[in-house]
Amino acid sequence: MACAFAVVMIAPVLWILGLSLKDNTLLMRGTDAVFSSPYTLENYGNLFHSSLVFRWLLNSTIVAIGQTLGVLTLSSLAGYAFARLEFPFRKTLFVIVLFGLAVPEQAVIIARHQMFSWLNMHNSYLGLMLPGMSSAFGVFLMTQFFRAIPKEIDEAALLDNTPRFRIFWRVLSPLTIPAQATLGIFTFLLAWNDYWWPLISATKKEMFTLTIGIASTQTNFAQSEGLGFLAAQAVFASLPVVVVYIFFQRHIVTAVSGGAVK
Amino acid sequence: MAESYRRSHWSNALFILPYLTVFVSLLVFPLCWGVWLSLNKVDLFGGARFIGLKNYVRVFNDPVFAQAVWNTIVFVLVSVPTLVALGLFLALALNKTSRASSFMRGLFFSSSILSVTIVTLIWRFVFIPGDGLLAILFDAMGWQQIGFLSAKGWSLFSVGVATVWWCLGLPMMLFLAALQQIPNDLYEAAALDSASRWRTFTRVTFPSIKSTIILVAIIQIVMQFQLFGQAQLMTNGGPAGTSRPIVMYIYETGFVRWDVGKGAAASEVLFLIILVAAMVQYWVTSNKEEA
Repeated sequence: MACAFAVVMIAPVLWILGLSLKDNTLLMRGTDAVFSSPYTLENYGNLFHSSLVFRWLLNSTIVAIGQTLGVLTLSSLAGYAFARLEFPFRKTLFVIVLFGLAVPEQAVIIARHQMFSWLNMHNSYLGLMLPGMSSAFGVFLMTQFFRAIPKEIDEAALLDNTPRFRIFWRVLSPLTIPAQATLGIFTFLLAWNDYWWPLISATKKEMFTLTIGIASTQTNFAQSEGLGFLAAQAVFASLPVVVVYIFFQRHIVTAVSGGAVK
Repeated sequence: MAESYRRSHWSNALFILPYLTVFVSLLVFPLCWGVWLSLNKVDLFGGARFIGLKNYVRVFNDPVFAQAVWNTIVFVLVSVPTLVALGLFLALALNKTSRASSFMRGLFFSSSILSVTIVTLIWRFVFIPGDGLLAILFDAMGWQQIGFLSAKGWSLFSVGVATVWWCLGLPMMLFLAALQQIPNDLYEAAALDSASRWRTFTRVTFPSIKSTIILVAIIQIVMQFQLFGQAQLMTNGGPAGTSRPIVMYIYETGFVRWDVGKGAAASEVLFLIILVAAMVQYWVTSNKEEA
């Protein structure tokens, strides 16, 4: 049974791989041509002619990496404070932040769009990466991780009157590197794949991310004369996440299943 | 003298200040501002006039909105149980330490890492009439082709198939994690009593992972209510709006027709629906536990 599902799971992917390797004029006569040779890499070569695809790739990379670094910085600072330090309204603030987990993006999107219009931040990298940094998930995850570190480790440093930031940076942060990797990869994938915010915020073609860019080339799909080329674009656009997935599978699984069980 | 470690201190809050700034300005403020917008008649140049609940009246009187709500509810009612059942089934089948099962887990989860654009592109290649994978399959079988993306009863279904394919990995992984938490002696005791497989499942496995099932269902309800990209890219809401979900309605009202107040009102309605659905689900399942 599970094997049958695996076939259903993988057949569409093989289909699109096959299409991407076929000559477009051959496909015009019938896509069942996929099942027999000749195959060609021409569609992938043609990617180099449409320069915007590479611009979108660059945009996605900048946005995803920037957003990831932002989330890591903000959440580990906040996670450290929530887990280790005492300050007025700590518990109340933590509950409010957790409440943020429950707010769907649609509830804020229109107001957010207006705000970014006032600040003239649409079609900018900062504008694309900032909204993702407000996610409460990272703060929640990092708080859990900081809590799990034994107290003895930093209590000694505190007796020596070491400044708090230094304890955070030199003593505790290095211990959270596995957690940072998990959160980082998770955030990277989310940012890379985001569709809703870039669709609204990026209106100039040069500022599209790969996700939006590829979607914008899909109009008139049924009449398209370049099915093979479209397929090649899809394969090309998903290569970075597939590579990330293959290399960091273990961390992704931890991120997905880790916090949820308790 | 060294300060006591846990002494409450304002300066400690400096660590959360950067995140809190982003959180308040990009989530809390827009949330409140969105509610305010929904109570105003907003024009394109930023002018706003308070009109009370009129936007909500307009939304509720809009048959297009009613249809979108209906589509979304049908979609959630079908896709969420499917995802929970399939995810649980796969987790049970792959809860082994063999190489093959860990490969299969990776395979089933791999689709979740793709963006909605790629997922819909893949499934359009499957569903398109004439040249799609299914069309070829149907021809080979000698069956009449179906307009999966263009026929009234089929378009929402096709969006659902792509969605299940895309989202299945997360429930499966969560169930696997839960299954691995069940202590082995429970199964040993069941084996001693020579309980059947079904009985072992209903008496041991199911009660142990019940809280995970609730969690998965709530996560999926919240996620599937936000259906947008698949419908927009695969069917564009058609034919005749039969696959237009609420979020697409919000998008079209707010960002295509620039009726900002009405769009904001619709998004607040969606927010409320999601909250209520998740709470009802939680309440129903936790009540059963007590009985």
